[in-house]
Amino acid sequence: MSDLTHLTIAAALDGLAAKKFSARELTNAHITKMGQAKGLNAYITETPDIACAKADASDKRRAIGDKVGALDGIPLGIKDLFCTEGVQTTAGSHILEGFKPTYESTVTTKLFDAGAVMLGKLNLDEFAMGSSNKTSYFGNVINPWKRQGDNTDLVPGGSSGGSSAAVAARIAMGATGTDTGGSIRQPAALTGTVGIKPTYGRCSRWGIVAFASSLDQAGPIARSVEDCAIMLGVMAGHDPKDSTSVEMAVPDFRKGLTGDIRGLRIGIPKEYRVDGMSQEISDLWAKGAEWLKAQGAEIKEISLPHTKYALPTYYIIAPAEASSNLARYDGVRFGLRVPGNSLDEMYELTRAAGFGKEVKRRILIGTYVLSAGYYDAYYLQAQKIRALILKDFTDAFKDVDVILTPSTPSAAFGFHENEDDPVQMYLNDVFTVTVNLAGLPGISVPAGLDSNGLPLGLQMIGRAFDEETLLRSAQALEKAANFTALPAGV
Amino acid sequence: MTDTLINDKNLIDGRTGKWEVVLGLEVHAQVTSKSKLFSGAATEFGAEPNTQVSLVDAGFPGMLPVINEVCVEQAVKTGLGLKAQINLISVFDRKNYFYADLPNGYQISQFLQPIVGKGTIVLDLAEGEHREVGITRLHLEQDAGKSLHDQHPSKTYVDLNRAGVALMEIVSEPDMRSSEEAAAYLKKLRSILRYLGTCDGNMDEGSMRCDVNVSVRKVGDPLGTRCEIKNVNSIRYVAAAIEHEARRQIEVIEEGGSIRQETRLWDPGKGMTRAMRSKEQAHDYRYFPDPDLLPLKLDAAWVESLKAGLPELPDAKRARFVKDLGLSDYDAGVLVSEKESADFYELAAKGHDAKLTANWLTSELFGRLNAVGKSITESPVSAQALGELVGLIEDNTISGRIAKDVFTEMFETSKSAAAIVDEKGLRQVLDTGAIDVEIDKIMAANADKVAEYRSGKDKLFGFFVGQVMRAMGGKANPAMLNERLKAKLAG
Repeated sequence: MSDLTHLTIAAALDGLAAKKFSARELTNAHITKMGQAKGLNAYITETPDIACAKADASDKRRAIGDKVGALDGIPLGIKDLFCTEGVQTTAGSHILEGFKPTYESTVTTKLFDAGAVMLGKLNLDEFAMGSSNKTSYFGNVINPWKRQGDNTDLVPGGSSGGSSAAVAARIAMGATGTDTGGSIRQPAALTGTVGIKPTYGRCSRWGIVAFASSLDQAGPIARSVEDCAIMLGVMAGHDPKDSTSVEMAVPDFRKGLTGDIRGLRIGIPKEYRVDGMSQEISDLWAKGAEWLKAQGAEIKEISLPHTKYALPTYYIIAPAEASSNLARYDGVRFGLRVPGNSLDEMYELTRAAGFGKEVKRRILIGTYVLSAGYYDAYYLQAQKIRALILKDFTDAFKDVDVILTPSTPSAAFGFHENEDDPVQMYLNDVFTVTVNLAGLPGISVPAGLDSNGLPLGLQMIGRAFDEETLLRSAQALEKAANFTALPAGV
Repeated sequence: MTDTLINDKNLIDGRTGKWEVVLGLEVHAQVTSKSKLFSGAATEFGAEPNTQVSLVDAGFPGMLPVINEVCVEQAVKTGLGLKAQINLISVFDRKNYFYADLPNGYQISQFLQPIVGKGTIVLDLAEGEHREVGITRLHLEQDAGKSLHDQHPSKTYVDLNRAGVALMEIVSEPDMRSSEEAAAYLKKLRSILRYLGTCDGNMDEGSMRCDVNVSVRKVGDPLGTRCEIKNVNSIRYVAAAIEHEARRQIEVIEEGGSIRQETRLWDPGKGMTRAMRSKEQAHDYRYFPDPDLLPLKLDAAWVESLKAGLPELPDAKRARFVKDLGLSDYDAGVLVSEKESADFYELAAKGHDAKLTANWLTSELFGRLNAVGKSITESPVSAQALGELVGLIEDNTISGRIAKDVFTEMFETSKSAAAIVDEKGLRQVLDTGAIDVEIDKIMAANADKVAEYRSGKDKLFGFFVGQVMRAMGGKANPAMLNERLKAKLAG
């Protein structure tokens, strides 16, 4: 094995078990590569010392024949939205710069208990608000992919852009992400990686900096469906500390990957053929359906009639919750404080200096839609539409088992494209937000390259808590797509 | 509200005629529980600042609330005690505002769907009058922390011990018409909470706080504009604040002004209320359902089991004391007003005459305790000891007269009645022979009076009783003495 960083998690676990290499060697290979890939700005905080110590501990467990976890010795990156004990957790914001939690999020606790090695904390859009990673206080993350014959830096997607870039650039074998409106699936699609947002309630939100509580959900980004299945199996599970986490057994997702999708009914929602969709995306979507059909699945056209209301609904509910969730960053107890002559002035100065433009925009929108006189027209109306969107899916899943759609309306774009119009930026989430609003599991699988040589993803949506079927069909898609392209220089 | 509530004695005389004051109360009652509403932190009163604060209470990033089932149970019990509707589905909302002692920037409360709906409470008024007041709702919410402005010349310190403690906000209908009724409402509510064990009702520790809505109107007019008086922290102040605020409003209106809807603060030092903020300055709290918490769903069978397990509450207890024990409504009311008194009484009266025991408790023990400023729980005479004293009267060991002396000593020394009676030889003389001997002596020494009595001066009978009693050190059984004396004097 010339370069350990190119292994999948599944292959690396085999290699570690067979003692072909040590966890320390695997970790060192990643640390070396992180040093070479600093230009991507994927990590906000690198933790090589912690990584080496964890890797050594893993090697020791294997050496003495101790019990090993499902991810023992596997180097991962952690989105900097997950609170990590003793390690700076910023949420990509100046207001939390220097904040070192005294506690560890439930999801990262589970990963580390399973033997995972943390390489560092990954960059993201500030408070996970964005689709390009341009809103991070700690600078843009650069997508390792470039258009053919064009050296323009492209966005890695967002908000889990550090996660997607790191996994694509082989400076993490897998990474945690969070997905509120597409923040795992869209960056995965833009970087040729696989990302799954599980059902709302599948993973604990405890210890994850909240953006929009009713939509936020943690999930993995990795380089194969199988790797995602392995990671999700560790990350998922009921947590009594999160009242919205569901008390339900976690199936063995990896075992569920049987490769058999015969008889599975795949829905193609006609409302997802949006205006101005490129021929490339449209063709890829059709190809995806053919691939699944060829493996014995049945393709059906379905209707999700309220799809067109999803984006405005999302951009009311998410900012509303965010405006309240972010009220705690007030300079009183932790994070940034800019002193003022009164309490109100301290609030104003602290929050003016601590939050970036996009975060402020969403706090303003959210405050507005919850205000007296506007609540009924916006927030309440949005909640009603949300219920209708869920009903669309519930009805559709009477006839189909999985839904196939594009992941994004386009491939990765440049940093100065979509710049002036926030609504244009919000359109990146057009295929993904419905899934969050309905609380369903969704996965993005790399399915091909566009004419510029950039990866494109297809999204599959499953029934609530049926990640098994979703992962099984995603793997079928993955197998047929046989996506082997690599970013230049990786 | 209608004319049925109008009572002439409650009307206030103004320059332009009689005014009616309309009152509604919002009480914040701290739920008796070991830990907070949404965290495991302790709730003990008086701890060092910031020693009872979890990461959840302090609003750290990524922290999530988890409902404390004990607090839910306490709220449901309280609702049942107020004969209120229990809502099997209720919703927690966020009430958003910025303040240094509100760590999350929002308070978790219940806005549109409270856990408890409409109920009633019966006021016990002077002269044995009872009147029903409506409860609008009861909801659960978190308390905020405490801002300490006096610790540093330019800075404010924050103590988060109280942040997140469970409160029940209990809102009454605008059914009260005088400060006496408001005071009676608070006393009765506090009594019910204490009977239920759902709130300790200690206003001086802030575990029961009161906001009063006051408006005035001419009799028969529609409701006037109300002012809310915040944080009036004793029953006495509630009464004083209402008196002051009603007169202030009447004056404003009679001088041609109008009342602005506003929040006012009671200043106990000056004995007056002052404006805090007007309706226009009121916060827009941007209530919305808390997405971190699912709607609270209660099991009907569980609510029923709580109902079945409720203790006997003051109204039922009073009715029982009247019906089964033959007490007067007044005495029964006095005994049941505090759970501790009622418990004390029931223990003392066990196996003894109910009315006699009640008399001893209400007229003797309560009086003594009042005089020395002690509560019934601090009484030097225990319930059993009082019962024993009553027993000694019942079996004629001592007379009621002697019993008072014994009681005085019991109160001072905490000795038992029997011990005092034995020690001092106060046992009643029941031997007719011994009584006869004394009667004979007195008659012999007062032959002239005997003659007068026999010639028709009946009033002298009391003189002979007194003489014999004195001679016997008060220990003669009064009934026997009367009987023997009557016989002897009759010749």
